[in-house]
Amino acid sequence: MAFASLRSLMARPPLVSQLPEGPYYGILAEFATPADLYHACEHVRDEGFTRWDAHTPFPVHGIEKAMGIRRSPLPWIVLVAGLTGAAFGFGLQWWVHASAYPLVISGKPYFSWPAFIPITFELGILFAAFGAVLGMLALNRLPMHHHPLFQSKVFERVTDDAFFISIESWDPRFDQSATRKLLESLGARSVELLES
Amino acid sequence: MAQTEAELLDNPVEGNPTLILRSPDFHAITEVVAETVERPTPIGWWFFFIPSVALLGLLGVAVSWLFWEGIGVWGLNIPVGWAWDITNFVFWVGIGHAGTLISAILFLFRQKWRTSINRSAEAMTIFAVMCAMLFPGIHVGRVWVIYWVFPVPNQMGVWPNFRSPLLWDVFAVSVYGTVSILFWYVGLIPDLATMRDRAKTRARQAVYGFFALGWRGSVRSWNHYESAYLVLAALATPLVLSVHSVVSMDFAVSLLPGWHTTIFPPYFVAGAIFSGFAMVVTLMVICRTAFRLEHIITLRHFDYMAKIMLVTGSMVGYAYATEFFTSWYSGNPYEFFTFMNRALGPYAWAYWIMITCNVISPQIFWFKKARTNIPYLFFASIVVNIGMWFERFVIIVTSLHRDFLPSAWGYFRPTIWDISCLLGSFGLFFTMFCLFVRFLPMVATSEVKTVLPQADPHGQAGAQHERRDRRALPGRGPEPAPGSAY
Repeated sequence: MAFASLRSLMARPPLVSQLPEGPYYGILAEFATPADLYHACEHVRDEGFTRWDAHTPFPVHGIEKAMGIRRSPLPWIVLVAGLTGAAFGFGLQWWVHASAYPLVISGKPYFSWPAFIPITFELGILFAAFGAVLGMLALNRLPMHHHPLFQSKVFERVTDDAFFISIESWDPRFDQSATRKLLESLGARSVELLES
Repeated sequence: MAQTEAELLDNPVEGNPTLILRSPDFHAITEVVAETVERPTPIGWWFFFIPSVALLGLLGVAVSWLFWEGIGVWGLNIPVGWAWDITNFVFWVGIGHAGTLISAILFLFRQKWRTSINRSAEAMTIFAVMCAMLFPGIHVGRVWVIYWVFPVPNQMGVWPNFRSPLLWDVFAVSVYGTVSILFWYVGLIPDLATMRDRAKTRARQAVYGFFALGWRGSVRSWNHYESAYLVLAALATPLVLSVHSVVSMDFAVSLLPGWHTTIFPPYFVAGAIFSGFAMVVTLMVICRTAFRLEHIITLRHFDYMAKIMLVTGSMVGYAYATEFFTSWYSGNPYEFFTFMNRALGPYAWAYWIMITCNVISPQIFWFKKARTNIPYLFFASIVVNIGMWFERFVIIVTSLHRDFLPSAWGYFRPTIWDISCLLGSFGLFFTMFCLFVRFLPMVATSEVKTVLPQADPHGQAGAQHERRDRRALPGRGPEPAPGSAY
């Protein structure tokens, strides 16, 4: 499981905010409620689409299963970052007190490791937190201030109360009219073709 | 109005406690929260902002005079070498702890009521940590070499002493401040995107848009985002417990009677959460009244916060009793003298203010009437914070002012500059908080929306909101978690 998610991480395209060339970006369909979106996602998933996404104003419970998305590999990034931070913190203190600047303080040995634990812990947490935030942004390809979806006027409501499915035109199963019909049959309130 | 709210509190709809009243739709939540930032500055805001900035100016004067003249402008002197500076530091860093408790620990415990208050509580944490970091920074005397506390390679080949609790404190508090800002910012990203998409002017769109990082609410993004949020909560939980533990070790690792006790770490953490919740109550009473958020920050929220104050206040009271018992049971005359001197000596007035405010005053929260009475809550929250400031004063000053030799005894009195620094730190705190409520959405709308009944794609309310009659495919999707509406 863990290795699978790491492999999927490595198999992903490079971390550049670049989209393939094409006349259209894809199709954007709006749905009325989280429940509508959930069922539509299940259908789109079962149709075998791969280059598509759903957009919601808040995390809808369980929808990643309806979309067939795997768990985020982020915790592994955080683990590595945290261990790096802790090792760095411990190593720094060891090096300073046993090698670079050895001073006898309160008669303690130079390498008095129990006294190094608080700072080791703090630096582990610090690195792990940066790993979580920067790792999340990298996995999400953020920041990306320009995106074809922002052309759509209705898409402005994605951060308010609207629910969307977007299917990208370079999906192998994408067909301009058939995909539009599929989304309409799933109960989309509006369907819109977006230019690239 | 208050009547209806109290009724709803006791009559939750269909067995699920109503967290958000007046059953708003998603758009209504966005509207009421974004409106607080988008409308023209209300007059009332200036009534808070101008005095806060004036106090901030006082802080500027007091700190400048301190730098110019030296630490002697304060009232501290041997034997009382630490006084209001460290009292203020411990007080402010303690205030911050409730914000992290609400945002991280209650998140891990799936306490969904936190969504209404977590944003402003986290902001409070950041501003409190800013105030806290000020005091150790300015109390060192030669402030221009304060960077020596960090392990910066230098031409002298000198390194800080990593075995000292004072250095642990530097790391604990600065890591705590940094992680709190990261956590807060991650939580803000979806709401900054909301502000971007609602922006009426190009400038607002550009500024909010820049910080929203191009967030598109994508489920693939939410997947990583929720993972990051959960991980940050799991990191912040041990961190917040470590911070006040490390602060307490500044005292506990010394050999001074009154400081050298093993009870300090848990006792300090309980006190920190106690005072922090009191500050959250103070701020939330003002915010919900000023911005008409009574249906989002409800009496239920205050009821829960009062219960936490009752628990932590009683824990603090228990710790006071344990300290006393231990000093007697230890048979150490110096230890016992210190505690008898606290309760009956020259600073007895401070000790009994502490006991009255911290141990006696929260006991009224055993009664629901008190827990849901806004004016009383507001009053009690201020009383508790006065008490918690005095707790730190009592611990620090009474332990120092009677040295081992009576010839070295002293009595600390604050000067005008001690008082200015304390008042000024409130100026810094409230200035930052005023700016926060003016420019950023003070309720996490993307989180509040998830606790509305219609947000659940499988729930009954979700089905009611469906426009078409369509059945969920059998065997698809997870069951709603038990108690998920709470």
